[in-house]
Amino acid sequence: MNGEPACVIETRNLQINYGSFCAVKGVNLSIEPRTITALIGPSGCGKSTVLRSLNRMNDLVPGARVDGEVLFYGANLYAPEVDAVQVRRRIGMVFQKPNPFPKSIYENVAYGLRINGWRGTKASLDARVEAALRGAALWDEVKDKLQQSGLALSGGQQQRLCIARALAVEPEVILMDEPCSALDPIATLKIEQLMSELRQHYTIVIVTHNMQQAGRVADYTAFFLMDHDRAGQLIEYGPTSQIFSHPRDARTEAYISGRFG
Amino acid sequence: MDSNLSQLPAASVLPEGAAMMRIIRMRRLVGGIWRRITLSCTLAGVVILLLLGFSIVNDAFGAVAVQSKVELAQLTGGRALEALSRTELLALLEANVRTRVLRALDRERPLAMRDAADLRTIVATEIIQPEIVGVYPLSDWLFRREAITTELKAQHPRAELRFRSWLSAQFLGTAMSSQALEAGIRTAILGSCWMLLLTMLIAFPLGIGAALYLEEYTSVCPFDDRSRLGRWLNHLLSRAATLIQVNIYNLAGVPSIIYGMLGLAIFVRALESLTSGRMFGMASAATANGRTILAASLTMALLVLPVVIISTQEALRAVPSSLRQASFGLGATRWQTIWRVVLPSALPGILTGAILAVSRAIGETAPLIVVGASTFILTDPSGPFSRFTVLPIQIYNWTSRPQEEFRAIAAAAIIVLLLLLLITNASAIILRNHMRVKRSSS
Ligand SMILES: Nc1ncnc2c1ncn2[C@@H]1O[C@H](COP(=O)(O)OP(=O)(O)O)[C@@H](O)[C@H]1O
Ligand SMILES: [Mg+2]
Repeated sequence: MNGEPACVIETRNLQINYGSFCAVKGVNLSIEPRTITALIGPSGCGKSTVLRSLNRMNDLVPGARVDGEVLFYGANLYAPEVDAVQVRRRIGMVFQKPNPFPKSIYENVAYGLRINGWRGTKASLDARVEAALRGAALWDEVKDKLQQSGLALSGGQQQRLCIARALAVEPEVILMDEPCSALDPIATLKIEQLMSELRQHYTIVIVTHNMQQAGRVADYTAFFLMDHDRAGQLIEYGPTSQIFSHPRDARTEAYISGRFG
Repeated sequence: MDSNLSQLPAASVLPEGAAMMRIIRMRRLVGGIWRRITLSCTLAGVVILLLLGFSIVNDAFGAVAVQSKVELAQLTGGRALEALSRTELLALLEANVRTRVLRALDRERPLAMRDAADLRTIVATEIIQPEIVGVYPLSDWLFRREAITTELKAQHPRAELRFRSWLSAQFLGTAMSSQALEAGIRTAILGSCWMLLLTMLIAFPLGIGAALYLEEYTSVCPFDDRSRLGRWLNHLLSRAATLIQVNIYNLAGVPSIIYGMLGLAIFVRALESLTSGRMFGMASAATANGRTILAASLTMALLVLPVVIISTQEALRAVPSSLRQASFGLGATRWQTIWRVVLPSALPGILTGAILAVSRAIGETAPLIVVGASTFILTDPSGPFSRFTVLPIQIYNWTSRPQEEFRAIAAAAIIVLLLLLLITNASAIILRNHMRVKRSSS
């Protein structure tokens, strides 16, 4: 391990195929702890694909194949002895469309604890649920209706419920795939504020369509682009301020300034 | 584009003014005609249903003309049969029934040991011997009563015409009989219930299990995708799953009599020791040959299995994959995801399939005849290893008799069958709605 020990996740020569179609290739990323890293790029360039490979959600896609390495604190997530279930417990995920379970708000948050073999008392479970909901800035809005269906909440609240659900199992990394694309601007703002708070304890990787959003919340930005054979590639990666103000690559500059994409 | 449009004279493309109004009227007219056609299709369906209902009710209720060999009043001197004591009944029998018949009855079960109700039945069947001389449907009783009374007076002067509901508590509560007036369908109802219960117990777990595997597990590639052999094995597996899927769809369309023949060969013959209960030391002479409720239920389970599998698969497919992903993303295993997220969401849909399966099983006749349901049986089924009959077989048996009165009790049995169907379906629907309400509110 010659990389910086400060790295939470590092990909080495990552290549992901769907069947015979190569979706992304040659991705080398290193993500530092307690930062927000944004993956940007035109649609179809493989941002979601890369994100899903970071907690082995790609295992669920038939025909998806990951080559290269994804190191989590230096250990390869795709080593044969590593169980995907264990990976996902430590690297949580929030999806594009809010997808709460058709259960009560309480049960939504407690779900991750229950399936991972929670052995504590009812009171400690209550405390954990409350902590997760507070962490997702949702507690004040739902504390009186914990037994109501999670589906009865508004879109933005549902997405924060999904974040609370992910926080409850205390992951180290949270992956977010366009978490605001289904939300209105005010709900988006709330999620962005929440992300800045979460950064104090968690490492966040976010895919976003919205470059202003990347500029507002991300510490680091990775720009992806398809090359001529439609395989996505990491074009440029660095601190957000540098990517936005002094991009090194001409294609990055073209994309940032809105000339294509 | 723009230049093209402006070159065209507008009027030649779309009608304006009066022409436009005329065309709109035409379009509305055509729409109205189609609406009427769809309405008449619906009405035709309603009329057919009403006709069906009418013909069943018309047969199941109506009048019956009974003529007794010996008038009750003559026999007892005007007292009702129920008012007689046991000794009086015994005396009546001694006086009026031939000794040979009496001795035969005594051998069956000593007369001295029988209770009053039993003795009354014997008096009725052996001495009074009521005989049906005419059966009239409800419509005749309501609208042609004068005509049938005079006609009856001419042919059978002693006959007594009275209203009869063939569907009655007595009909539901008594066992079979060769006499239409005494016949009941308790045995058939119990047989149907036993068979349905066992069929559901066998078919639902099997069908839901198979559907879960086909929907939730066949997409998993168990072999290493990186090696050539692994890829080939995965490919083989997914091909096998497709083949199975196609066959399930085909099996759903196989005529039920074929399932009957399969059941006869496997469950009645080959697995006789299991289906007759000999394996468990529970066989009796009456359950020999494996023609038991268990064999019938296994056959019926086979028959409804494709329906259960297909409808369960559809219910599983309707569960949004985003829910599965959410569960996996929190570190759930596949089974935890299925058990805690997928199945609860799919349950209402699975119940809909269960309704379909039960409706099918309740009305099937042919396969049960093949696997040897009895058409005439006096003892109630007492367990999976009993001989049995079911409602549709009883109905089939009765409708194939020439006498009018059997047509009438067949109609009554049809009403019972439909009610049974209604009850099972209604309870499944209530359960389903209850679950939906619970899921959306909690
Ligand atoms: N499940 C899949 N099966 C096959 N191809 C896929 C699948 N998911 C994504 N792809 C393909 O991979 C490429 C990258 O997709 P994705 O990662 O979703 O892009 P992005 O998130 O950047 O819009 C696209 O060309 C897409 O068609
Ligand atoms: Mg995407």
